[in-house]
Amino acid sequence: MEEQRKELVVEAPKVPVMGPGHTFGTITEKISAIVLTRPTSKGWIFGFAISFMGLMMLLAALSYLFVKGVGIWGINIPVGWGFAIVNFVWWIGIGHAGTLISAILLLLRQSWRNSINRFAEAMTLFAVACAGVFPAVHVGRPWLAYWLFPYPNTMNVWPQFRSPLMWDVFAVSTYATISALFWAIGLVPDLATLRDRADSPWKRRIYGMFALGWRGSARHWHRYETMYLLLAGLATPLVLSVHTVVSFDFAIGIVPGWHTTIFPPYFVAGAIYSGFAMVLMLAIPIRKVYGLEDFITDRHLENSAKVMLATGWIVAYGYGIEAFMGWYSGDRFDAFTLWNRLHGPYAFLYFSLLSCNIFIPQLLWIRKFRTNSILLFLISFVILVGMWLERFIIVVVSLHRDFLTSSWGMFYPTRWDFMTFFGTVGLFLTAFFLFIRVLPMISIFEMRTLLPEAKVHAE
Amino acid sequence: MDEQKPSGKQEEVCPSKRGKSDLLSLREQIDSASTNKIGPEYWRSLEELAGSPEFQEALHREFPKGASEWLDSVSRRGFLRVMGASLGLAGMTGCVRMPLQKIVPYVRQPEEVIPGKPMYYASALTLGGYASPVIVESHLGRPTKVEGNDRHPASLGGTDIFSQADLLTMYDPDRSQSIVSIGNLRSWQSFVDEMQGHLNAQKAMQGSGIRILTATISSPTLADQMRSFLKLYPQAKWHVYEPVNRDNVLEGAKLAFGQPVEAVYDFGKADVIVSLDADFLYGAFPGNVAYIRQFAHRRDPDQKMNRMYVVESTPTATGLKSDHRLPLRSVDIEAFAGALAAAVGAGGAGSPNADWSKFLNAIVGDLKNNPGASLVVAGDHMPPAVHALAHAVNAKLGNVGKTVSYVEPVNANPVNQVDSLKDLVADMNGGKVDLLVIIGGNPVYDTPADLGFTEAMMSGKVPLRVHLGLYQDETAELCQWHVNQAHELEAWGDARAYDGSVCLIQPLIAPLYDGKSAYELMAVLAGDPEATGYDIVRGYWQKQHAGADFSEFWRKSLNDGFVADTAFEPKAQALKLASLPAPAAPQNGAIELNFRRDPTIYDGRYSNNGWLQELPKPMSKLTWDNAVLLGPQMADRMGLKAKDVLELDLNNQKIRGAVWIQAGMPDNAVTVTLGYGRMRAGRVGTGTGFNVYPMRTSSSLWTASGVQLRKTGDTYELASTQGMQSMETPNGAVRHNVRETSLDDYRQHPKFAQGEEPSADTTLYHPYQYKDEAYAWGMAIDLNRCTGCNNCILACVSENNIAVVGKEQCLVGRHMHWLRVDVYYEGDRDNPRAFFQPVPCMQCENAPCEVVCPVGATSHSTEGLNDMIYNRCVGTRYCSNNCPYKVRRFNFLLFQDWTTPQFKLMRNPDVTVRSRGVMEKCTYCIQRISERRIDVEIASVQQGKDVRMGDELETACQQSCPADAIVFGNINNPDSHVSKWKSGPRNYSLLGELNTRPRTTYLAEVRNPNPELLS
Repeated sequence: MEEQRKELVVEAPKVPVMGPGHTFGTITEKISAIVLTRPTSKGWIFGFAISFMGLMMLLAALSYLFVKGVGIWGINIPVGWGFAIVNFVWWIGIGHAGTLISAILLLLRQSWRNSINRFAEAMTLFAVACAGVFPAVHVGRPWLAYWLFPYPNTMNVWPQFRSPLMWDVFAVSTYATISALFWAIGLVPDLATLRDRADSPWKRRIYGMFALGWRGSARHWHRYETMYLLLAGLATPLVLSVHTVVSFDFAIGIVPGWHTTIFPPYFVAGAIYSGFAMVLMLAIPIRKVYGLEDFITDRHLENSAKVMLATGWIVAYGYGIEAFMGWYSGDRFDAFTLWNRLHGPYAFLYFSLLSCNIFIPQLLWIRKFRTNSILLFLISFVILVGMWLERFIIVVVSLHRDFLTSSWGMFYPTRWDFMTFFGTVGLFLTAFFLFIRVLPMISIFEMRTLLPEAKVHAE
Repeated sequence: MDEQKPSGKQEEVCPSKRGKSDLLSLREQIDSASTNKIGPEYWRSLEELAGSPEFQEALHREFPKGASEWLDSVSRRGFLRVMGASLGLAGMTGCVRMPLQKIVPYVRQPEEVIPGKPMYYASALTLGGYASPVIVESHLGRPTKVEGNDRHPASLGGTDIFSQADLLTMYDPDRSQSIVSIGNLRSWQSFVDEMQGHLNAQKAMQGSGIRILTATISSPTLADQMRSFLKLYPQAKWHVYEPVNRDNVLEGAKLAFGQPVEAVYDFGKADVIVSLDADFLYGAFPGNVAYIRQFAHRRDPDQKMNRMYVVESTPTATGLKSDHRLPLRSVDIEAFAGALAAAVGAGGAGSPNADWSKFLNAIVGDLKNNPGASLVVAGDHMPPAVHALAHAVNAKLGNVGKTVSYVEPVNANPVNQVDSLKDLVADMNGGKVDLLVIIGGNPVYDTPADLGFTEAMMSGKVPLRVHLGLYQDETAELCQWHVNQAHELEAWGDARAYDGSVCLIQPLIAPLYDGKSAYELMAVLAGDPEATGYDIVRGYWQKQHAGADFSEFWRKSLNDGFVADTAFEPKAQALKLASLPAPAAPQNGAIELNFRRDPTIYDGRYSNNGWLQELPKPMSKLTWDNAVLLGPQMADRMGLKAKDVLELDLNNQKIRGAVWIQAGMPDNAVTVTLGYGRMRAGRVGTGTGFNVYPMRTSSSLWTASGVQLRKTGDTYELASTQGMQSMETPNGAVRHNVRETSLDDYRQHPKFAQGEEPSADTTLYHPYQYKDEAYAWGMAIDLNRCTGCNNCILACVSENNIAVVGKEQCLVGRHMHWLRVDVYYEGDRDNPRAFFQPVPCMQCENAPCEVVCPVGATSHSTEGLNDMIYNRCVGTRYCSNNCPYKVRRFNFLLFQDWTTPQFKLMRNPDVTVRSRGVMEKCTYCIQRISERRIDVEIASVQQGKDVRMGDELETACQQSCPADAIVFGNINNPDSHVSKWKSGPRNYSLLGELNTRPRTTYLAEVRNPNPELLS
């Protein structure tokens, strides 16, 4: 046994998952200090203020929306869905990386995930929260949106279970619940650490409350591991199912450009693609600002970049098949949808999409681009833009020219569309700034398991 | 807090602070009251506290501080606040709906009045003097819908858009609501007294200072009143002016026959029709409802089908329904008419132009082959010579008495209206007019600019100007007295239909704003101010029908809506075609400017009518604006794009308007429509479009040559409701939404329109067996009959309480029409063929909208209707996205007017008024189905047997369709009209290959081209 383990260490990649010279103590100290002892930096206050302004803008936009109606947006009759659904799908997609990193990589025993899973999960939660805003407010009568839930009522009316929107309700709410549970359970040992290290009684009391009486006994650890594995098992199919169900919103419809069976795998791959891009966009500045290069090493960046490269190719395959089927099916509507993407009024966006999602990310084949954090940050941003454009192309460009030429139209977003979109970015960042301020953004105890000392009892 | 200081002068502070100080002072009073022990020490209520005189005073003074300010000086803010408060209080009293006294319910219900059951009254509505016989639906005394009078030959159940829309005008809250004299509200009595004084003064001068200016009047009663008035005041004069007049028709008849007559056509008997710029298949052409029906019934390819050639200067619905169309400038049409007459041998001069000689020869051949069964029609705006030539050709071909007959003009005063107006303006400027009474019309806005009517009005040379009108419009502004006119739906009257038959106008409701009719105004002028409209009209007919059976005659006439046997007898006319004025020489370089009546707002009188403003114009589908129409060839040459703003310059008169590129416009010609750019139309119409009247002169009422076009570089948004007007997609593929072939091809391949449709059995599920139900509703629309007259749209709007959304919303594609009429152009853009396709909800059996609704707000009925449940709808819009026909309409904002009381009266009580955030769409008029279902269920019980609904059940669009192009009914009954249509070979489903299995199907179009012109 000892022999095998040594071999594993020998074969470990050159770039380790953690910097050298760390002990249990240094890990705990470094991560908990960000929350407990380091003073609130000016940069944090500035970033939080900007984000909070974004959140207030969201509230203003939504208030006006509730007063006037969805007509304040640019949607119209051929294009019944606009930014709201685009943003919804985009945010849900981003929300996929967290669970993928936490659950699937856990089950696959990819230990490098330990340093990024915590904030990736937090990002998932906040992204799902941002996504959750849209289905509720995009309906014409938002005060009745709860009718989409099957609840016992005196009207004796149930939702219509054949509708993919109905499935969305279940898929997204289940995903949000499981993600939140997974995240909260994973936080318990670290909250106990914070409780123990907190210097003021109030902090102790609050962290203690959420630590749920964690004492670190062997029985606690045993139950914790079982629970965590079970939740990981539950969350794993959700990673695949949520975006599959979201893609049904389109695939079930008969609109040319929507009605295609490639959507489920292609949406899931796209979701992971954008999710990893968002993880990198968050991880790169955080590790710089908080000096966490030892924990989030170049290996993490490189692995994430490789995942993006792989999922990017699945997405490219999806585009290819869509285009191929547009021609091969011989269906005149599908053929026109393809033509319209390439030559129609939104062709510029389609070519931008191809550049952002296919061409530019090919730079990741080059190692330098995978390890240079600035270049990686920029590529991640490009991918996020590309994935937003992809949803815009699917939702708006398919709808604006469908079956009857007489009903063709255009979609022009209004300022309220943009305010709502950037408002949710504000919501996301606000939540994220709060998260890194009050919770350990890297899992302390899981990082500790990466140290050789932790492996003593492993076998 | 200045106010707490005891200062004499009150300082102005903002109201919120003032309220605070009021509260403070009250509290002080309460405190002092308790300390001074004026009231009980532990007061329990305000009544007990009220012992304090200060507090009592504070209670009695409504506005403790502001009120004293009222006495000080005029303070705008204070005034506004007090006014606001009084309005608020008025609103509070308005909330109390219960009468203070006890009322007693019907002890005996009034005969025939059953709440919830509408009543139907025959009446008539006029446009340009011509009556449209109508039946008006009334719910508890509120007219809610205008339908055609099926007993009258001018309607036979069909209507036109203007009479449908008159309902909205009647309820228009912007209509004039009072008698106004120089800005002051006055009473009817004061007006009568004032008139009495002036009339007495005129009496001595035999009325030489009195001028009456009316619009075209066909009312026998009013004409009789006019004549009696002129007898009373022999020196007074009656002038007639209407901007869309028929001067050319009457002048043309004078040229041909020596006397003014009007032609009445019978398109049903014509095998070959040649239209010289006559848009006889569209509203406002006298007799259009009857003509559309006659024409449409001859478009059945299984019967002997007619053939129509149209030569026109502006694309119209008529031109694009034709089998062959030739776009020519107006001047060239004159030459064409001459050549046609010469070729037929009916006189006239002119040799065929090389461009159209083939077209002409084909027409001539067809005409000569069909003597007595052909018809040449000239448009109202064509010069008199063209009319005369058309008469000559019809006479030569032996059509007179068969397809065309001549009757007396319907106009009671058939003078040349431009000359009449000229005389009036000359008299006004000459100081001969002391009293000008303008009855109806809006001459300040719409008279030819060169005559200077407006200037004469403003010059002060006419001491007293009186205006009777529906609106306080541009003319009312320049008159000392304005009397608010009662709408035709509010007043008694009569008028002649296109064939001369007299229709009686019954009021459906007491005048909403106490308006007065022209009859009542004339009675005042004639010295009988007490006479009511009813007395006047009935009195006139009593004189005409003096027998003892008058009351029976009167009742029957009112019941029918018209006086029997009053249609003019055709008069034999001898053709005296002497010498025609030489046609204007076509100037090749010069650009021709055509003025045409607007297809929706007519001459501007419907400017404030939201239904008509939002009704898409049949060719361009534009709403809310007029545009400079010009052809693609010309636009390419001049580098113009749609929505570019042009400056039109005609003899140094300049106007600016936005370009709309209209396929089928002749080269070197532009067309503008009248009626826009109003300054005082009302909240709906003011400021829409651009006014072309300043460029319209008396010598070029319809056509002017030599207009200069200059690009300004500006652009102006035009709201067209149709995305693309071609079935060819930009990638070169064609989508056969409208399927069409020639008559010859149809005879060989009658099933040409049948497409590939998946079999109903191709499903994993057990489909619902609609065949087992009593009813399965279906609709069929015959595209061959549809003439694109837009009537179905307005019928639907009126029946189903459809909201008007305004130009901004139309621009972003949010108009609410449940039924739209798509127009598709095909072929050469300069001379295209075009097809109309009315698109209501298809009521698909496999409805794509239903499966995607998460709350089940749209679901299928057992009778196959795709029902919309408004109060269940949360507004996801998924159904609309998934609807391949895009017939669903969404209330993106609160589009319905929920507050204006007039509109509450106007709406159909059987149809829900939708709120914001709700999807809506065509229901096949489910309220009519339900109403009829109740009737047959009662009948079933009464008769003890199963009574079924039959073909008498009609949807609103079907009922109003003058072409009978829409058929609705039970497809489970093989004998129903709709089943027969659907079993025909031309029946096809739109997008049937999607397996939606639509219940609305189309009968494909078959045209009847002349083989000579095909090669």
